[in-house]
Amino acid sequence: MKAHPIKAAAFLQNEARADWHDESLWFVRAKRDKAAHEIPEWEQLRELASQIKDHTLSRLDDYLEDFERHALENGVQVHWAEDAAAHNRIIQSILKKHRARRVVKSKSMLTEECQLNAYLEQHDIEVVDTDLGERIIQMRGEPPSHIVMPAIHLKKEEVGQLFHEQLRTEKGATDPKYLTEAARQHLRHSFLKADAAITGVNFAIAETGGVVVCTNEGNADMGTHLARVQIHCMGIEKIIPQTKHLGVFTRLLARSATGQPSTIYTSHYHRPRPGAAMHIVIVDNGRSKQLSRPDFRNSLKCIRCGACINTCPIYRRSGGHSYGSTVPGPIGSILTPGLDLKKYSSLPFASTLCGSCSDVCPVKIDIHEQLYRWRQIITREGHLPRTKKWVMKIAGSILSRPGWYEQAGKTARRLLRGLPRILVYAPLNIWGKGRELPPPPRQSFREWYRKNREE
Amino acid sequence: MSKKKMLSAIKTAKPPLSSMPAVPPFPTEQRPASEIFGAQAAQSGSRVLLAADFDGISQAIHFLYPQARCIASPLPQVTSGIELKNCEPSDLQAVDVAVLNGQLGVAENGAVWIAEEDMVHRVLPFITQHLVLLLPQDQIVYNMHEAYQQITIDEGGFGLFVAGPSKTADIEQSLVIGAQAARSLTIFLT
Repeated sequence: MKAHPIKAAAFLQNEARADWHDESLWFVRAKRDKAAHEIPEWEQLRELASQIKDHTLSRLDDYLEDFERHALENGVQVHWAEDAAAHNRIIQSILKKHRARRVVKSKSMLTEECQLNAYLEQHDIEVVDTDLGERIIQMRGEPPSHIVMPAIHLKKEEVGQLFHEQLRTEKGATDPKYLTEAARQHLRHSFLKADAAITGVNFAIAETGGVVVCTNEGNADMGTHLARVQIHCMGIEKIIPQTKHLGVFTRLLARSATGQPSTIYTSHYHRPRPGAAMHIVIVDNGRSKQLSRPDFRNSLKCIRCGACINTCPIYRRSGGHSYGSTVPGPIGSILTPGLDLKKYSSLPFASTLCGSCSDVCPVKIDIHEQLYRWRQIITREGHLPRTKKWVMKIAGSILSRPGWYEQAGKTARRLLRGLPRILVYAPLNIWGKGRELPPPPRQSFREWYRKNREE
Repeated sequence: MSKKKMLSAIKTAKPPLSSMPAVPPFPTEQRPASEIFGAQAAQSGSRVLLAADFDGISQAIHFLYPQARCIASPLPQVTSGIELKNCEPSDLQAVDVAVLNGQLGVAENGAVWIAEEDMVHRVLPFITQHLVLLLPQDQIVYNMHEAYQQITIDEGGFGLFVAGPSKTADIEQSLVIGAQAARSLTIFLT
């Protein structure tokens, strides 16, 4: 896989577009701030959510068993999948058993992570993604670039052209309202034809055995309530102990995600409707491994709101596809190294460590601290690119010796003033790529301090 | 087999027990909940009306939706154009306006809880072009904590908080009302 900086550089080739992307995301971040500030107890809610998740993780096996028992009592069929392959096999066998050939699917990062669509298509099953953004990228044959807004990287002109080709909308039409209406008509057709509906899960309640799914479009419900079979796929970390905890999490989720006081639809599924079947698939796929790492386990508290992604200066200026992982941005950069350290070794470096991600996280994950810890592990295991390794080594030896440091500073100040631009910004200076060095000061702080103390 | 293996992996991996925090009551505002509810619901694109301002719900529906060809409702005071008890979920694609009872309103986000028994068909509040809910004014609470105390989420097989018309901003962050489900939400406070 190409490293993040290489793909980010490609994204930045089109400066106007990178600016547009940056501003779109910042707009969402600003809406989040406004929504959060309207709740006086916001910080208290974050702390509560964080503690509820800590507690849940510390008894996760018990709660999963409770959840399963109650779901079974409700007439729901529960399946356990250790990894992505098992998840896909289970879903295919459920579909086969119910003779389901046409499937509609609402947004689920888990099925994305497991590459379910490709697997089902190989088994001759038609899958239609029904969230508008997901449908757009499915038509384009692309992965989502954001977990909440999957097509945030696209311009309306591109969507217009795509719909013209695939849904026969008017050529050159770019009005979002017109394009959304075309998708509505197209998707209604898919909903009515579908044999089975697959959804992700926002929260699974141990004490009732039910699952909660949140959408703005209503697409999950258009699927589940029309099809004969409904399947909900959840990672083991989606569990919350009790109904009353939904009060805490529903207040945080939409406000953090898009700045709305609530998602439009918050659906609580407990039993299949008469004559239909309901299945829940519980998936590990590396999560218990992450749970075993004391330094990283609290990344499993994530409720997938995307707030850390929207605020991240690196994400905003590099785009979701530059990460090459299902979940991009800061949270993706602490989740994916646990799955494949070498493959994702550049992601924990896709950060300025400014800490904004941790500040907005509704469950208080110490995201930027985990990024820093992954960097240390990646360095120790030898996955650092060669240039970075040597620069770090040299910097390390200079910074640990005050005499060398002083001398190096003096030399740098003199050289930077005198050397021509072409030499200062030679390819060796990777920091200066796309960045302007600050003007060198006349003296160092130490020199200034010494002088001023004497006077 | 998978289950056993997964649970034992989790058992080995999980951190030492941390205590379960109590969820305290949160202070509510001075203003009446119904007032906040109206403002919040309007912000999410819902239309909130007082039933008392109209000569009955049936009249109000015909006044608000003069074009509607198919009105669906289990309520005795509304004439339903489709026999809800004897139809398939997919038959409901022709419904223009669905009129249902809401059980509880939430002031902080303008959401209304609809119980399964009040929907007749689970898909009805979604597949209808327009959704109309009747909500008793004295059944509005301030926040989601209070809401979850009042409702029983597993009373039926399905239950829903709906907080506005179906919407999306998936194309360039432009808000479009009327994505896959109901194009509008009107709430009559009774």
